Amino acid sequence: MIHLQDIRKVFNAGKPNEFVAIEGVNLAIDSHGAIALKGPSGSGKTTLLSILGCMARPTSGRITLQEREITSLPERFLTEIRRETFGFIFQQFNLIKGITVLENVMLPAYPNAENHASLKKRAMDLLDLLNIGGKALAKVEWLSGGEAQRTAIARALINNPTIIIADEPTAHLDTHLSAEFMEIMRQLKQEGKTILLASHDPIVYESKVIDRIVEMRDGKVVSAGGGP
Amino acid sequence: MIFHPGILALLLGSALTSSMLCYCAYEGVRIIWGWDIRSGSERQLELERRTYLVSLVMSYVLGFQLLSLFLFIYTADTLSPLFIGAMCAAGSLKVNGFGYPALILKIVTCLLAGLWLIVNFTDNKAPDYPLIRIKYWLLLCITPFLIAEASVQAGYLLGLKPNIITSCCGTLFSTDVNTVISDLLALPRLLSQGAFLASTLITMALGLYVYLKTKGACLFSIVSLFHLFISVTALISFISIYFYELPTHHCPFCILHSEYGYVGYPLYLVILVSALSGLGTGIISPFRKIASLHDVIPHIQKRLALISILANSVFILIAGYGILFSNLSLAAY
Amino acid sequence: MKALEKQRNILDFTLSSLGRRKGKNIALVMVYTFVIFLLASVLFFTHSLKKEAALILQDAPAMTVQRLVAGRQDMIPMHYIDSIRQIKGVQSVVPRLWGYYYDALSGANYTLMVNADLNDRAGEIIIGNGVSWRSAPGKRNNQGLQKNDIIPFKTYDGTVLGLKVKGLLPFASELVTADLILVSETDFRKIFAIANDQATDLVLQVRNAKELPTIAAKITQIHPDTRPILRQEILRTYDAVFDWRGGVILMVLAGVFFAFIILAWDKATGLSAEEKREIGILKAIGWETSDILLMKFWEGAAVSLMAFFMGIFLAYLHVFLASSILFAPVLKGWSVLYPHFRLTPYINAYQIATLFFLTVIPYTVATIVPSWRSATIDPDSVMRM
Repeated sequence: MIHLQDIRKVFNAGKPNEFVAIEGVNLAIDSHGAIALKGPSGSGKTTLLSILGCMARPTSGRITLQEREITSLPERFLTEIRRETFGFIFQQFNLIKGITVLENVMLPAYPNAENHASLKKRAMDLLDLLNIGGKALAKVEWLSGGEAQRTAIARALINNPTIIIADEPTAHLDTHLSAEFMEIMRQLKQEGKTILLASHDPIVYESKVIDRIVEMRDGKVVSAGGGP
Repeated sequence: MIFHPGILALLLGSALTSSMLCYCAYEGVRIIWGWDIRSGSERQLELERRTYLVSLVMSYVLGFQLLSLFLFIYTADTLSPLFIGAMCAAGSLKVNGFGYPALILKIVTCLLAGLWLIVNFTDNKAPDYPLIRIKYWLLLCITPFLIAEASVQAGYLLGLKPNIITSCCGTLFSTDVNTVISDLLALPRLLSQGAFLASTLITMALGLYVYLKTKGACLFSIVSLFHLFISVTALISFISIYFYELPTHHCPFCILHSEYGYVGYPLYLVILVSALSGLGTGIISPFRKIASLHDVIPHIQKRLALISILANSVFILIAGYGILFSNLSLAAY
Repeated sequence: MKALEKQRNILDFTLSSLGRRKGKNIALVMVYTFVIFLLASVLFFTHSLKKEAALILQDAPAMTVQRLVAGRQDMIPMHYIDSIRQIKGVQSVVPRLWGYYYDALSGANYTLMVNADLNDRAGEIIIGNGVSWRSAPGKRNNQGLQKNDIIPFKTYDGTVLGLKVKGLLPFASELVTADLILVSETDFRKIFAIANDQATDLVLQVRNAKELPTIAAKITQIHPDTRPILRQEILRTYDAVFDWRGGVILMVLAGVFFAFIILAWDKATGLSAEEKREIGILKAIGWETSDILLMKFWEGAAVSLMAFFMGIFLAYLHVFLASSILFAPVLKGWSVLYPHFRLTPYINAYQIATLFFLTVIPYTVATIVPSWRSATIDPDSVMRM
């Protein structure tokens, strides 16, 4: 599904603080399955995840997504692909404060020019599915950790993506909520979605949900092997 | 110079727009030199970000130019009492040699900025940005026009001194003075009506053809350009008199006055829109051969042709309304 | 229609975002409103003054003939009338008597003018509104002068001549009539000691307005010491003077204006960490640079429109209801006599367009680069935070 070929990403190129985030990464990711990126902080997990998720372009190397070369696509087109293909869940959920749960969930679909009413209905259905339909009109800052987590998941699902990407999703969750998160991921995997998680939390990478662990260190993939 | 708020507004506006465009031209040069879409280097990513800035500025430039075109005419109108013999903009624009050139340059820059945006819109539809160098070269060509427009306008406004005797629109646009404009007016009314009718029919028919078959865009755009001149001539020579209800009054500016319900504004606006969309279909036509634009361009041309047809229909509706419900009967003339 | 849905969705979010950041935006909108208020006040005020002047001059004589002695205006001999009346095209020639009178009691200059209606009613005067208020500082109830009150005038030789107020001039054109006192010819000549065969100037009626320049040329030929003035010239001068004053004030306000632009720039550049995070999130979850720019455009449009309409509304109140208390003295200039000056409301599309050019466009230009910069935040920035 996604093929990375000799990917390299450099920040502040040509300046004294030049920094090579990842180098020489080759990776193939198939559809249907859950993959965990494992490694200490600073190992390049996040950078690799952002390149996989079409958020950033590599400095060099080639990427193909579903047989389509996307390496040198400008942002305008990359964003469109990202919006349709990926759903993102971030470390601190990154919900936008001051607006309602419902609006937060609808946000990723705004640029799609979908009819407001039908979009609202889809968002409500998703919230109901995740059992937080009752909180739809609450402001996000009043949510509990679990509710915020479900809101973030609903937002990731609103554009019906084929791949879910989560960066350190359990970093700020207690054990119970972490387990709950992995359970939701299991259900999504069952529905046929591909799951990509970056984490150094054993609850994530030791979970039964994960099919394959990619280990990273110092910007390189040290093991791209199979799962437990 | 006359210390008039409208003059200050125009000078400020044109200074801002042309300096913004100069900045864009600078960015344009950088993009022409450094663009390499295959690269993922930070430099290339930065240049890509700059293209957004340039598009943004150009959209604003088009908007400002359009507004300033009408503000310019309005200001000339307002200032006319300061000049002996000037009864409206037609007279005050003649106060010095820069008035009419400034007006024409304003119209030209509006059209150019609009065309650039059409090319830019087309280019942004193809993931490899195939027109990137062409459109920034085009930007470099537009910049001098805008600077010329700003300078000529400044020359006109700063050179205004009250009390200079100028001719009023009655003499400039009456049929006994030998100028190009009055030559056009001296055409028999039937001929100019016929020309306008024929040109409108041909333009709309061709527009429809482009819309249905997505062919003949170049011809359509040439016809649209001619149609621009013919419509303006028709407006001055025989349409406006129905609004003025005076068979001898051929002023192109009085029709913008409140006495005539500001009807001139929509009329001139749709003439510009029709010309712009017509020219737009032609200017992107040569790029159909580019693989990534092959499917995109016909789609855009269809839309532009439709806009042109609509604009012309609106013109006919407004002008037709004026002619049918006018108290002026030309039977006696 | 699809494009419209997108605009609607983004506009929706923009407005709710503006609402969320009230504190920051209120300060900006207030300053913006204030700037527009100042500029709009100047424009409305000068424009109304011009209108007012034009209204008054409508009834002014087509031509006035003055006599110049040593480069200064002097009394014109009555016998000039006959020779001027002989010129072809002249309908009538009427002498006028008028002058200025300094009233030490109120410290104001009045315009005294002879009115034919009062000629057989010596001892009576008709006064303008400004005079009525100004000359009655000691009166109870602050009512101003009433009918049958007496104003003392000091004549050329120091004796006092008391004249009885017989009426007040109508409000309609207060700008010019405020300081006006109409007197009889006898009283006028008594106050200023002007000989019976002299007048201040002559007023001409002409059959055909197109002949005015020819007639003026003939008058200067017959009487080289005269200066004919056309109504059109006065009107033009008024226009130029008011425009010039308005322009000068605008230049003075430019300082305020630049301060505002710097503020706008600063506000737009200095995005809070919270806003940066938000834009980062939006980009990460699938918004594109153009979408953010669109949002910024709506944000600017909302702020500008709000400030624009509030500013215009306040300026309207200021100029037409509060008598332009802020800068009327500068614009009207020459007299202390206008305490109750009120203009007829008059606003047109041109003034609004000019204002738009002077305020919204510079604001927009100042915010283009900052809003572009904030829109090009990398989408993966939220992950690296």
